[in-house]
Formats: sequence, structure tokens, C-alpha cells
Amino acid sequence: MHELSIALSIVDGVLEELQTRGASRASVIYLRVGRLSGVDKDALRFSYGIVCQDTAVAHSQLEIEDVDVAVFCPACNVERPARSLPTLACAECGAQAPRVVRGQELEITGMEIVDG
Amino acid sequence: MGEPRMVEVRRKILKENDLVARRLRDFYRQAGVEVISLVSSPGSGKTTLLERLLADFGRQCRVAALVGDLATENDAARLARTAVPVKQITTGTVCHLDATMVERALQGWRLAELDYLFIENVGNLVCPSSFDLGEDLRLVLVSTTEGEDKPLKYPTIFNTADVAVITKLDLAAAIDCNVEELIRNVDSVRPGMPIVSLSARTGQGVEDLKKLLTARHRAGAAARVI
Repeated sequence: MHELSIALSIVDGVLEELQTRGASRASVIYLRVGRLSGVDKDALRFSYGIVCQDTAVAHSQLEIEDVDVAVFCPACNVERPARSLPTLACAECGAQAPRVVRGQELEITGMEIVDG
Repeated sequence: MGEPRMVEVRRKILKENDLVARRLRDFYRQAGVEVISLVSSPGSGKTTLLERLLADFGRQCRVAALVGDLATENDAARLARTAVPVKQITTGTVCHLDATMVERALQGWRLAELDYLFIENVGNLVCPSSFDLGEDLRLVLVSTTEGEDKPLKYPTIFNTADVAVITKLDLAAAIDCNVEELIRNVDSVRPGMPIVSLSARTGQGVEDLKKLLTARHRAGAAARVI
């Protein structure tokens, strides 16, 4: 359940971003979460609901965009979707592809804020 | 108070941890210490392997260890018998180590007096994967008694580690573990990852891991000189 730590980091990050912008609160937080990030979305939402209480983001919603896994295929010499996770292989040719180029993201990408 | 408006943000969720990890990495590099962390599920043999590594390396070079657990100082007490400096981090209820816990534990340590620092993470095959500790090398341990498909079930941790160590090789035959299949599964979730199979109890294969760690340390030291 490291989602609790992740949720705390989201709240801290959003509060800092609000302060920078002189905004008073946020109602929606947009996230990008890679399918290889190791974060469970339900556990994250549950944890976030608890840790956002009594802060400027109380009652805010998480909008989570999943990021599919992409790998660099050494055989095709180009970026390709990964086939049949959890194994890392090129979806086109099936070659093993150790380099993950997408799918490990854990990012805040936007917020709906109220100024002042 | 105005209407809600949408703003774009570009921020990693674990920015704070990443910042501390970067600071730690610089700190390790300046001190010339090679930092190696161990992650695995509980009971895979991290402490047993560490006992052997500390005892062996301790004869030739300067080593120390940090060990993380939710509770008890048992592991630190076990490792202290190897006569190298050991410090326990008890996390309370937290299921992983983060960079801040490591930084706090290292306060007052003179890292420049060390060649190797080992960090044993809390036994957990999920949560430690998200938290960079600034280490040079992350070993993920999987024991033969856990089943051949463990890497397929927990791919994320294998993706954040640098070397896989298959432990309890001496028990493989007794529990019908197909070690080749286990190795194949590691390679499928993390193609090309170096894999060392060993038994910390009998010592079989431990030399291979020590050679790998020593080679990495030398390569790191050479890079620092350049």
C-alpha cells in the first residue's frame, strides 16, 4: 500500500503548485499513471480521499489517464507498443525489448483551480 | 472567488523523493562509495545473503549496511555479528524505504571511509519499486521456494532493478523448482538483465555475485577519476 505515500506526495505537490499560482483550491487533479508504474488506481483513489481531507484540495477528484507501455524494439529499430505484459516484447515482431520508453509515468499534468 | 479554470502542470508525483535521491547520489559519488540496495519479498534471504557479503567483503574492504523493517532491530543485531557498522531503519507502518529515510539514517556517517554501503529494503515486492534511494545498483532477490512465475507476477520491481539474484539454490531440488524456467521468466520481464543464482547458506554462486559487484565498483571508480 505505497499508494498512501504516493497520495501524500500528490497533495503536497498540488498545494505547492496552488501556492505558486496564488490559487486557493483545486477541484480536479489530472494524473498520468503508467501501466508499469506499480501503482494501483483504486488504492490510490482510496488513499487520496483520506489524505486530501482538511486541505485546500479536500473533496477534489482525481482524473487518471492510463499510459500504455511502449518499448524500443531493437529488431525494428523503432518505438513499438509492448506485447502481452508483463513480458517486454515488441508487439510487431515479438523481439525482446528491454528498453521501456513509456508506461512508467507518475505525473501530475493539470488541475482545475479557483483563484484567490 | 472566480470560476474554476484549468491549468497545465508538469510535475512528477515523486519529485520530492527524486530530489533527495539525486542529492544522495551526488553524496555517494563524492564519497566514492558504491551503494547497493536489496529488494525482495519477505523471507527471500536478503539478510542471509547480506550476512555473507558483509563478512566476505568486510575482510578485504570497508563496508557498512542500513537495514529497513517495519519493526524490531533483529536484522541489525544479526548483521552486527559480522563486525561491520550496521544501522536499522524501522519504518513503523511504512511498507518501503524512501530517500528521506535513508538520508536521515546516514546523518553523521562518514561515507568517504567506506567502499561499499548495502541498503536492505523492507521485505516487499511491490512498494519499493517506486522509490529511488540514489543507489548505484539495485539487486532484486527471488528465492527458488517462491515459484518460477514470481517475476511474471511482480514485473515492476524487476523493471526498476539492475541485477536479479536467485537465492536458496540449495533448496531448488527439494521443492522441484525449475531454475531454468525461473531464469527465463526474469529474462522475459527484463530482457538482458544480469542474473546470478546462488545459495547464501552453502556459498554456491556467491563468488559470481561478488565478482559482479567488484567489477561494478571498479568501473564506477574509473568513471569518477575520468
